[in-house]
Amino acid sequence: MSDPLDVRRKRIRFRGWHRGMKEMDLILGIFIDAELENLSAEELGTLEALLEVPDDMLYAWVVGREPVEPVHDTALFKRICDLSHLDGTMFRQK
Amino acid sequence: MSASKAYEFQDHSFDVVVVGAGGAGLRATLGCAQAGLKTACITKVFPTRSHTVAAQGGISASLGNMGPDDWKWHMYDTVKGSDWLGDQDAIEYLCRNAPKAVYELEHFGVPFSRTEEGKIYQRPFGGMTTEYGKGIAQRTCAAADRTGHAILHTLYGQSLRYDAEFFIEFFAIDLIMSDDGRCVGVVALKMDDGTLHRFSAKQTILATGGYGRAYFSATSAHTCTGDGNAMVLRAGLPLQDMEFVQFHPTGIYGAGCLITEGARGEGGYLVNSEGERFMERYAPSAKDLASRDVVSRSMTMEIREGRGVGAGKDHIFLHLDHLDPDVLASRLPGISESARIFAGVDVTKEPIPVLPTVHYNMGGIPTNYHGEVISGKGGADDIVPGLMAIGEAACVSVHGANRLGSNSLIDLVVFGRAAGLRAADVVDPAEKAPTLPKGAGENSIARLDHFRNANGSTPTAELRLEMQRTMQNNCAVYRTGEVLEEGVKLMEKVHAAADDIKVTDRSLIWNSDLIETLEFDNLIVQARATMNGADARKESRGGHAREDFPNRDDENWMKHTLAWVDDNRNVTLGYREVHNYTLSNEIEYIQPKERVY
Repeated sequence: MSDPLDVRRKRIRFRGWHRGMKEMDLILGIFIDAELENLSAEELGTLEALLEVPDDMLYAWVVGREPVEPVHDTALFKRICDLSHLDGTMFRQK
Repeated sequence: MSASKAYEFQDHSFDVVVVGAGGAGLRATLGCAQAGLKTACITKVFPTRSHTVAAQGGISASLGNMGPDDWKWHMYDTVKGSDWLGDQDAIEYLCRNAPKAVYELEHFGVPFSRTEEGKIYQRPFGGMTTEYGKGIAQRTCAAADRTGHAILHTLYGQSLRYDAEFFIEFFAIDLIMSDDGRCVGVVALKMDDGTLHRFSAKQTILATGGYGRAYFSATSAHTCTGDGNAMVLRAGLPLQDMEFVQFHPTGIYGAGCLITEGARGEGGYLVNSEGERFMERYAPSAKDLASRDVVSRSMTMEIREGRGVGAGKDHIFLHLDHLDPDVLASRLPGISESARIFAGVDVTKEPIPVLPTVHYNMGGIPTNYHGEVISGKGGADDIVPGLMAIGEAACVSVHGANRLGSNSLIDLVVFGRAAGLRAADVVDPAEKAPTLPKGAGENSIARLDHFRNANGSTPTAELRLEMQRTMQNNCAVYRTGEVLEEGVKLMEKVHAAADDIKVTDRSLIWNSDLIETLEFDNLIVQARATMNGADARKESRGGHAREDFPNRDDENWMKHTLAWVDDNRNVTLGYREVHNYTLSNEIEYIQPKERVY
């Protein structure tokens, strides 16, 4: 049977690319495509919890308009906010 | 083990099955459940992650809270906005029922912004007028800038209260049709365990949204693939007016994320590669604040004539860097954020690269104002028993050739509500569930199995990009016979190339490769219908602007396009009369005239 971690990764990939708004599709989807295979079981849990947050709230946290809730203020969250995973995409070529 | 033996159905039986859990789907689910019907809602994403969540602008209704207003004025604006392609009986239904639908939302708990007296606050919006074009109407209600979010959360909560049953993260594959042309349900894949589910329903309601992702640049979320539209085509039924696609002038180049009109409202302006503010040439008085279609066309002309910016000379710059940074920060915070994240630019120092971007699909599944799907047979308004469509998936048609801002949210709730009312009338909960025809759901298994085992050499992402680029190049804002004829042929080729599609993951659980392939298969048929419809329509009307036929031609073209795409990938077009009558004697048919603002 499939590796449970692998199933979780696949669920994260689907949910990351099927958000309600385009902005979050790109921020989460591209991060997940780049990093998913390297994340530990613990980090997967952190990411899963983050994916439960409503899109507009999560977006406000990522862009720094509102402070992130302490429970979600993790190293992984900071890596997403860094947005370096978007560098080199066709819309951010610098 | 052979593939067909490997699949088994889990069977369910409901009075009503709604596919989709955006604003329209949830409103219909709630209405049906309230009426005592056993109701299921199937959705590929969690309801609050439907694309309705991204609607910020607001919802129109002639409440008259800010000054005199009348549903007849709202109707006039909507007919004019539609460039007289809308069906006036349906538009009357929309505008008359809009206040009731908004007050119901208020009652359900949507936290609308308020006036000092405690009434629902209403703001002005493009194209919304008083006294048949004389004044500016304040008709658009909003819950701050989270109107769509608030509506989704409220309707979802209410639907649960009335015992509607949700099937979340189920991907609908195809309709179940009986031999006599009735819809008797739908088949869906449960993505978290790979099981297949066969839903028998006395009434199936498609609320699956638009198909923005057929284009390269679209403001819509990744999930907007028009799955219900494609299911209708595969059931041998037509889609309507697909050539009418609304473009927003300022999507961020490459990313598609929306930069609101507010940017130009606050003094932002567009320039070409020569640094020229070209809108002064195209619209000397309104300039950068001309209507969406005018700005989008002007930008496209500049790019086509070689004055685009960037390495590929394929986009335009939007300047905000002359504005006071404090004004930018206070009035347009979202724009600074979007530009920083999705274009990597600091708007106080650099321009934003932008491109006209697909924003809304006026076309979709033809319905009457009850939401019942029109079969398109014989040119009459015969319906398909057991099948309804609502929301952006549907073409009622209230938006005709062009939708007005804040008319989409009201469309969702008015026709979501109407579908619930109609279902309560036509569905008898005491009646036995429809018997599924022999082999019900086998078409879904065949489709799923085909793509799951697709063993060609072209990855889905490659075909999708080819489709998206072709739609962007040949069926966007600039349309001529030559460009469209080429587009028809190119799109045929992309469709044929799907024979060589390659899916790597053979599993059924959370298989993004498979789901995206099924979504591509849904998009490509809609793209074909759009391209062929645009090629055939030799006039300019609303969102469909032809350089070679610059005028509206009511004599020959005041009619709805119907497009069928069969299993052999042949596209057939037909036409249907626009309803030139209203619903009641309280308002006369609004006679066509030139659409000038």
